[in-house]
Amino acid sequence: MSATLEDLLAQALQELANSQDLNQLDQVRVHYLGKKGLFTLQMKELGKLDPQQRREAGQVINQAKNQFQEALEAKKQALEAAALQQRLASESIDVTLPGRGQQVAGLHPVSRTLRRIAKIFAGVGFDVVEGPEIEDDYHNFGALNIPDHHPARAMHDTFYFDAHTVLRTHTSPVQIRVMESEQPPLKVIAPGRVYRCDSDITHTPMFHQVEGFLVDSGVSFADLKGVVYEFLRAFFEKDIQVRFRPSYFPFTEPSAEVDIECVMCGGKGCRVCGHTGWLEVMGCGMIHPEVFKSVGINGELYSGFAFGMGVERLAMLRYGINDLRLFFENDLKFLQQFR
Amino acid sequence: MQLSEAWLRELVNPPISTAELVEQLTMAGLEVDSVTPAAADFSGVVVGEVMAMEPHPDADRLRVCRVEVGEAEPLQIVCGAANVRVGLKIPAALLGAVLPGDFKIKKSKLRGVESFGMLCSEKELGLAKDAEGLMELSVDAPVGADIRDYLSLNDNMIEVDLTPNRADCLSVEGIAREVAVLNRLDFKPEHVTPASAVHQETLAVVVSAAEYCPRYTGRLIKNVNPDAETPLWMQERLRRSGLRSLGPLVDVTNYVLLEMGQPLHAFDADKLTGGIRVRLAETGEKLSLLNDQEIVLDNETLVIADDSRALALAGVMGGSESAVGDTSNNIFLECAFFSPDTIMGKARRYGLHTDSSHRFERGVDPYLQDRALERATQLILSIVGGSAGPVTEVKSEAALPKRLPVLLRKQQVLDILCVELEDELISDIFERLGMSVETMEEGWQVTPPGFRFDIAIEADLIEEVARIVGYNNLPQSELFMRSELGKAPEAMLELDRVKDFLVDRGYQEAITYSFVDEAIQKIIAPDDEFIPLQNPISSELAVMRTTLWCGLLRAALHNVNRQHTRVRLFETGLRFVRRDDAIHQQKMLAGLAIGDVYAEQWGDKGRAIDFFDVKADLEALFALTGITIRFEAAIHPALHPGQSAQILSASGEIIGWMGMLHPSLEKQLDFDSRVFLFELDQNLLLNKAIPSFKPLSKFPSVRRDMALIVDEKVTAGQIVDAIKSCNESVVQDVLIFDVYRGPGVETGYKSIALGLVFQDFSQTLTDSQIDAIFSRLLAALADKTNAKLRD
Repeated sequence: MSATLEDLLAQALQELANSQDLNQLDQVRVHYLGKKGLFTLQMKELGKLDPQQRREAGQVINQAKNQFQEALEAKKQALEAAALQQRLASESIDVTLPGRGQQVAGLHPVSRTLRRIAKIFAGVGFDVVEGPEIEDDYHNFGALNIPDHHPARAMHDTFYFDAHTVLRTHTSPVQIRVMESEQPPLKVIAPGRVYRCDSDITHTPMFHQVEGFLVDSGVSFADLKGVVYEFLRAFFEKDIQVRFRPSYFPFTEPSAEVDIECVMCGGKGCRVCGHTGWLEVMGCGMIHPEVFKSVGINGELYSGFAFGMGVERLAMLRYGINDLRLFFENDLKFLQQFR
Repeated sequence: MQLSEAWLRELVNPPISTAELVEQLTMAGLEVDSVTPAAADFSGVVVGEVMAMEPHPDADRLRVCRVEVGEAEPLQIVCGAANVRVGLKIPAALLGAVLPGDFKIKKSKLRGVESFGMLCSEKELGLAKDAEGLMELSVDAPVGADIRDYLSLNDNMIEVDLTPNRADCLSVEGIAREVAVLNRLDFKPEHVTPASAVHQETLAVVVSAAEYCPRYTGRLIKNVNPDAETPLWMQERLRRSGLRSLGPLVDVTNYVLLEMGQPLHAFDADKLTGGIRVRLAETGEKLSLLNDQEIVLDNETLVIADDSRALALAGVMGGSESAVGDTSNNIFLECAFFSPDTIMGKARRYGLHTDSSHRFERGVDPYLQDRALERATQLILSIVGGSAGPVTEVKSEAALPKRLPVLLRKQQVLDILCVELEDELISDIFERLGMSVETMEEGWQVTPPGFRFDIAIEADLIEEVARIVGYNNLPQSELFMRSELGKAPEAMLELDRVKDFLVDRGYQEAITYSFVDEAIQKIIAPDDEFIPLQNPISSELAVMRTTLWCGLLRAALHNVNRQHTRVRLFETGLRFVRRDDAIHQQKMLAGLAIGDVYAEQWGDKGRAIDFFDVKADLEALFALTGITIRFEAAIHPALHPGQSAQILSASGEIIGWMGMLHPSLEKQLDFDSRVFLFELDQNLLLNKAIPSFKPLSKFPSVRRDMALIVDEKVTAGQIVDAIKSCNESVVQDVLIFDVYRGPGVETGYKSIALGLVFQDFSQTLTDSQIDAIFSRLLAALADKTNAKLRD
């Protein structure tokens, strides 16, 4: 290698070493390897030599050039790595700071519970039907085999608008409305608000019920027991004990109350279950022949069952809520617990 | 119905524990609400007799007594009760006794005098809440006997919550019958030997409303001893059944009511004028009742009267003027059957509910009167003495309830209960329940007894079989369901999707009462005709809401008052409006937002929510439906006139409203920040467009911006409408990216900057083509809105 070439290479490597960033590095590259670069010029000079010298000199220049290129590449990688490191360092943040933007809220626990109930029954083809909340006394009482002055009416503390118009005291009138307009087979659940003129620690003047009924040929009490049993186990997602007790509703016969093993104490007895180990969760029964009569369904051809449950009650048991009145105060501290 | 377990076991005594008995009753449909010991736990108390008594040397009120307690020597006990006297028999707590509340009796000195026990009141034994002085025991009480045995205090009070169909169990005998059936024991109510008539005096009884009172019986009992007292055993049974002792005559009628379920009434015969008339009241007739209430009667109410006036509200309550008291010598004892249909609702009409009306409304055995009258007579004669006269009976056989036979088919038992039961088991159940049974080829012909008012159809008999067999012993089927394919309606947005959307955008679901304060209702929707409740629970919950805003505003205030500065709520439900004399119940969705756009955070400077934040939520909501809607400025009484809009469908139906709560309401309702509200009709909101494909253009799109100067009054909507009215098919999109007022724009005018996106389906648009469209749009804008291009 000629002294000139050696100087050139040394100078080039020095400049490479001095480069602080990729820009400078590129300038150095152009300065030595560009069209008018110093190594390029050296190559151009070769034309003046005879072929034998040209080949040897060319090899020497190429050697120097390659050495420079390797160094350039190494320097480039080092600078790129440094730049990346610097970007990473400068862009580092405190990932524990909270994110920006809208926060999600939640559904009311009653809605949440209603949804789960509907979902369980939708799985086997129950339709969801709603009805009016201001109801006539025929649909709320008469058609359900509760005549005027019947003691069962006293069990419903009814809100009146006039002698024949009431706020529905249960969701059972929806049963009547559906059966009036449709023929069996029927599989319906009817969720909604109901109203009783009663307000204390364990009663609010408005609450929610889900009425369910099934009418078909050959429906038995055993079918009712099966559906109620499966539902309760699905709802509580637990293999709980369920028992049926004889009871009385004017619109079903036989009628039953359904108790589940207390979900708070596992049936051992606690304050919530009144130390009985059992919790009353719904009423049910076989649809009364008088009800079929009032809606014009032939009770000899068809039979059916109906059940009704209090949604707040189920929600309280499911989530351990201990005060019914919380449901309608709409305190965010309460509501936000149900996400 | 509350009863004493010991009393019940006297009638039927199955070999089962109290817990088992209670479980059995509950599982047979007689739900036991509570079991309470008849007396609190205590021990070491015996019957004592005060043999001698001297004043305490150092205390005026105290006495030093010598009390015989059946031990070798009488005990010296210091006592301060006013009624202590020589010869009195009392409960005496011995040394080592433990009284309720874990109170231990020890030897003590009272003002220097030693006392070896304590004489007790009913309160101290936990038998009463209050007591004046010592409990006085009967003169024949055996000295030294344990007081718990003597008073049979090892008993429980069982409270049974009976359903209205089981009137037959409103008595100890009725429950005993049920317990006997469940344990397959024999039970027959005790026979009562009729009292022989000692005198022949009677009162004439005229029943002029036989359908109300098919049977009326009564008798005169003369010369009773007004000073007699109710024996302790009867007082205790009454107490354990939840009734107070009110003197021996009333106590006896109450006792028979509890024992047999038959209400009776005793009149003071000396206060009656002439005979007994069972008749309907005259409208406006007055009657003073035993509870000191004076009622004005109507002509549908049955009364027991004498020749001159109404004496009692039949089957409900006696009158004060003819009541027996501690001076009564001669009484007329009434025992009747009033039919449930005619009694139902009568007590309630006068705001009354009594043990008597409770039973008559549900049904008293129409064949029980003879026995009950004799039982009451027997008890009266033995307690207060006197002489009984003959029984007068007025009966209308035709009006007595009929018990018709009901057919139960074997096949039906199998179909409904899905279990094969022995024929003999079924007929045995009915017979034990007091029914008469005729076995037939098909099944059984069953005739219920007089005391059962709830057996009229086959299903009633099936329930009886199921009940006695036990619901939990009946099979339960695997889920049987005739199934069909599900539905997937696409032209309707599901409400659940809408709720989830709002929840995801930070709105918390609320549920508020459907009835609201009339004042708030009137402030928020003064033009709506609301529907008031006839019997509201309070003035705050008195009228049906015509808008969900009433409840949401109240809920928001509740939270604002609890340090929440940022509240976002929504609710779904009905609003109730009277229109054209009809009640409309309309499904709505409403929301409310207060405070900053986002919850306080470190990253962005807080900004108060405004109209367009809420509008964005609604636009996004409607985007879910794919339906075109528009917002139009409109005036709503509850909203700020400059920040309220009606939301309209393409065909002009009003879907709802949104806007800022009117500042004057903001102040009136006590809010200290701006409140934004919206309310939408669910039926219109949930209409959904089913997507319909449009081919995609292969050619590039071009964007051109224009800045327009328009009068302040020109709305963005008008500008966009003007562009759309040109029907330029290549205009794909119009967006507003700036609104400017200030230097460079004359006062009263504003600059609106638009971005227009052009694209054609068949060619790449050239500049000159776009220029041509651009100028046509400008011409239309100038024409419709007086817009000029900004220089």
